[in-house]
Parts: sequence; structure tokens; C-alpha cells
Amino acid sequence: MNKIKNLADLRELKEKLQSKTKLREKSEYPEQLVQIKVAMATCCIASGSRETMNYIVDELDKRNIDAVVTQTGCMGYCYAEPTVEVIIPGKESIVFGYVDVKKADEIIEKYVKGGMLVEGIIPMNYKKIDEQ
Amino acid sequence: MKDLSYHILDIVQNSLHAGARNIGIDISESTVNGMLCLKISDDGCGMTPLMTRRVSDPFFTTSVKKKVGLGLPLLKQNAEQTGGTFTIESVEHRGTLVSATFNLRHIDMIPVGDIASTFKILIAANPDENFIYTHTSDRHGFELNTAETRDGLGGISVNTHEVLEFIVEFINNNLKEL
Repeated sequence: MNKIKNLADLRELKEKLQSKTKLREKSEYPEQLVQIKVAMATCCIASGSRETMNYIVDELDKRNIDAVVTQTGCMGYCYAEPTVEVIIPGKESIVFGYVDVKKADEIIEKYVKGGMLVEGIIPMNYKKIDEQ
Repeated sequence: MKDLSYHILDIVQNSLHAGARNIGIDISESTVNGMLCLKISDDGCGMTPLMTRRVSDPFFTTSVKKKVGLGLPLLKQNAEQTGGTFTIESVEHRGTLVSATFNLRHIDMIPVGDIASTFKILIAANPDENFIYTHTSDRHGFELNTAETRDGLGGISVNTHEVLEFIVEFINNNLKEL
């Protein structure tokens, strides 16, 4: 039985990571970080949310963006899966629908990095003008 | 669901939703017998006997946002269409065990798929939960225990990108030897 903990590689990896200054303390100020929640229920998985989340996890690292990526359950927008909720500190949360790899790239580049809204928003937080 | 790896991702979401801290994913396959056995166990809140009987009904769900619950029924269908079996056992406040067997030689057998991706996503989103993944075949076997990995890494989080890539490589290398 091969075990990951028996691998000296793990120790090597640990030392390599510790020497890097890149290590970020994510847990200290989670509320100041961008939160990205990928819906991961049966409907979402069948529509390709695993690929979307995989891409987001890889790209955030590549582009050096500090963000917390988590999963949520079905938000009830099964017709628009995969759905992704993005919470930028100080702003209202926004849910995007039909987020494939291409859309995810657009969301990261334009909304997360630049603060610009992109198409494909599901108006779940919709409020009438007199409610605001 | 196109393959087994998606089913694993899907069923484990149930365990996480049930508040499980330790989730075991066990796959044992034998080309000699032509059988594959998938077991997913957790220490979540469990279910009552009545609910356990009803969960493989596609029109039963605990969700208030939709009227269907397809995760377990789809797994049941994919197992049974190969002549395999599907069982679910649950004890309230103790946990749940989902088991499915597949006939590897059946024409309707779904592929195993990208298991490494499934675990990458699970660990990335749930760094504090313990996943124990064991996979054995006639020739080889391996285990990934995120609790042990966490200990081995000291203070470094298991969802650091380099660690995730390391885990993906570990799984893929071992799957090749199966």
C-alpha cells in the first residue's frame, strides 16, 4: 500500500513551500479576501462545474490573486448551471450563470481584478428601487 | 453523470452537507472478477430508517429549492445497469455508508474518469475535512489521507496550490500502476 505520508517528497515539498515568501496566511483575514463559491450539486456537476472550479483554482494561483474558493449546494438555478457566486469585500454578492471556462476567465479578469461587471448575472439579489 | 469520478464528487457533497468530518472513499477493483466496488462512508449526522429507504427515490429531496434529488438515484442506475448493486446504510448521529458495485465487463459500465480532479476540487474547497481515499486492484493499492498529509506539511494548508498539484500527481502516478 503506497501512502502519501511515507513519501519523502512531501517533506521536500514542505521545505520548498516554507522557503517561498509566497505563502499567504489565508485564514487570518478571510473577510477581506474575495470569495468565490462554485455551486457543486448534482445538476451543477453534470453541467461541468468541476471543470469550472478546477480552472478557477488554477488561474487564481497563476494570476496571483488572493481569493477563497469554496463549494456551495444548488442555488436553485439549475437551468443556468454552472453557477458561481462572487463576493468582493464591501460589495454585494453577485451570482453568475452559465460559467464555463471562458466565462470564468472573463469573471476573474474583469470583475475580480478590475471591478467591472460582466454579462451573465443572475438577479438573485434584485431589489426594487423603493426597497433600497 | 458521465463517469465514476463525478459520482464520487457528488455523493461526497451529501456527506459534507451532513456535517461529516471524516469521509472515506474506497474503491476496490478486480479485473480477475470483473468487479469494481465503490464505498463512501462518513461520520455525518446520518438518517432515520425511513429517510434511508427513500433517498434512492429521485422525487425525494431535503432541498427546498427543487423537487428532485438525483445524486443517489443516478449512482444506483449506473451501478444496476451493469448488473451491479447499490446499497445505503445509515445510523442516525453516527454516519452513512453508500456502496455500489459495478460489473466492469458490462457494455454499460461507465468509465472511472478523472479521480485526481475530483479530489483536487474536494480538498481545495474543504481543507479542514479529512478525506481517506483508498484504491486497490489486483496488482497495486494506495491510500491518500488528508489528515496525515496535513500533519506532514506542518503549518502549510493542504489547499495551497502546490500541495494540490502534488496530490493530483500522486493520485495519477498510482492510478497508472493499478
